[in-house]
Amino acid sequence: MFDTLFFNLLLNGLAHGMLIFLIASGLSLIFGLMRVVNFTHGSFFMFGAYVGRSIFLATDSFVLAILGGLLFGFVFGALVERIAIRPFFGNRVQLLLLTLGMMLVMNELVKVIWGPTILRFPRPDYLIGSFFLGDIILPYYRMFIVGFGLAVLIIVFLFLNKTRLGIIIRAGVENSDMVQAFGINIKQVFTFTFAMGVGLATVGGAISGPFLGVYPEIAMDNILVAIIAVVVGGIGSFGGSVAGSLLIGLINSFGGFYLPQAAMAFNVVLMALVLLIRPQGLFGKGGLARGR
Amino acid sequence: MSALLELEDVNTHIQSFHILEGISIKVPKEGVTVLLGRNGAGKTTTLRTILGFHPPSDGSITFDGQLINGWPTYRIGSLGIGYVPEDRGIFAGLTVYENLKVAARDGVKEMERRLERVYQLFPDLKRATRQQAGTLSGGQQQMLALARILVSKNRLLLIDEPSSGLAPIIVDRVAEAISELKKELPILLVEQNYNMAREIGDNYYIIDQGSCVHQGRMEDLDNEPELKQRYLGVAV
Repeated sequence: MFDTLFFNLLLNGLAHGMLIFLIASGLSLIFGLMRVVNFTHGSFFMFGAYVGRSIFLATDSFVLAILGGLLFGFVFGALVERIAIRPFFGNRVQLLLLTLGMMLVMNELVKVIWGPTILRFPRPDYLIGSFFLGDIILPYYRMFIVGFGLAVLIIVFLFLNKTRLGIIIRAGVENSDMVQAFGINIKQVFTFTFAMGVGLATVGGAISGPFLGVYPEIAMDNILVAIIAVVVGGIGSFGGSVAGSLLIGLINSFGGFYLPQAAMAFNVVLMALVLLIRPQGLFGKGGLARGR
Repeated sequence: MSALLELEDVNTHIQSFHILEGISIKVPKEGVTVLLGRNGAGKTTTLRTILGFHPPSDGSITFDGQLINGWPTYRIGSLGIGYVPEDRGIFAGLTVYENLKVAARDGVKEMERRLERVYQLFPDLKRATRQQAGTLSGGQQQMLALARILVSKNRLLLIDEPSSGLAPIIVDRVAEAISELKKELPILLVEQNYNMAREIGDNYYIIDQGSCVHQGRMEDLDNEPELKQRYLGVAV
């Protein structure tokens, strides 16, 4: 049972789970403040993959590709929020249509810039190869993704729990009116949160490139599983987005191997089960019906 | 005495409903001003209009001589207007300490400096700093809501129905705390519990159907049984 295959599927699942987490954590916080699913979030992930690849090919530095992906996402996210999202803040129907529209535009835009076919994002030399643990072969790159995701997870967790801005973001997810009554400009907080969330997604995209390949459909594939992960974990909860993402990553990995025809069905069944037993998600507090 | 906060002929619409129909109130620089009136009279909307949650459609709101209507809520809050909503507005998923930290408008250092006094008023909170606010009892949540407006330098407190949903013994403690606070800060209080209002209030306004129908000194209301019965439902 616990052979190379098992550990490979496990590592694969954790790696994919970490990538989903990088999308889901931002998606969840943004939903908490905006009360709308940001459908564009998967497209930011996709852009991160393309931008990261371009930087890597131009500079031959994987570190620069990651930092560039992060910076690109943060700046791009802040601009999108200020120019496109903010005028519609508080109007959920318009925001929903806006993010859907932006998703379609961005998914076509990459085809114009980089072409519609799958592009290869080579691994840096030092992440090629595998680690041998007895009979078990563990590819370095997947281990890197898990480690990187874990590091981001810890940093974001500390930010949300130890800094005043992080605590304000969590408070805003619960009750943004009250945060404003304390003299805090929630719109600025939201711009920062949006930019941070997009930065996490683009950096996730950048490191996903050598693992998943770079092609336009990664936007749609990943936004769907990230939404499921957020719902399963509990909307607005950071811990929930971690748990939901890893769960979905593992289910996809094992389910996709043993019953590939039903891989997506597993996700939906899991979501349905969680919603039946705990409508607020694994870590959620208020439930889906809560909202203002 | 000149007023710290003055509402003049304020009208507020929420969607297509005309809620406040020309309210005029003066809150002096000292003491407790109480807004009295039945459910749905417009008391809470008055507070929320002052704070900019529902900007007035007509009329003027001046704070310390400065016209503030139309300002966003965070700027009004920054002037030093502390707000305790009727539902307390506690961040349930945050700890007690984190709740205070969100409210620490003048910085965490200033908050720490003021905490000693806050814990003196509300010893329960000191024991519960690391506790999730959502797990506090109703009375403790009310204490936390009051504590949050005391960790920053405020110049006026707006408190909405602090006694609502609390056991009588807790109401007494909340009343005591507010009596302490009124020595330091002017308060605009919405309260349906007439006994509590009578105990801590100095001036009153009676609001009915979105406008002020009566005003005066709190103690004078004792001699107005008809007024009390008509607008407040207090048995004579």
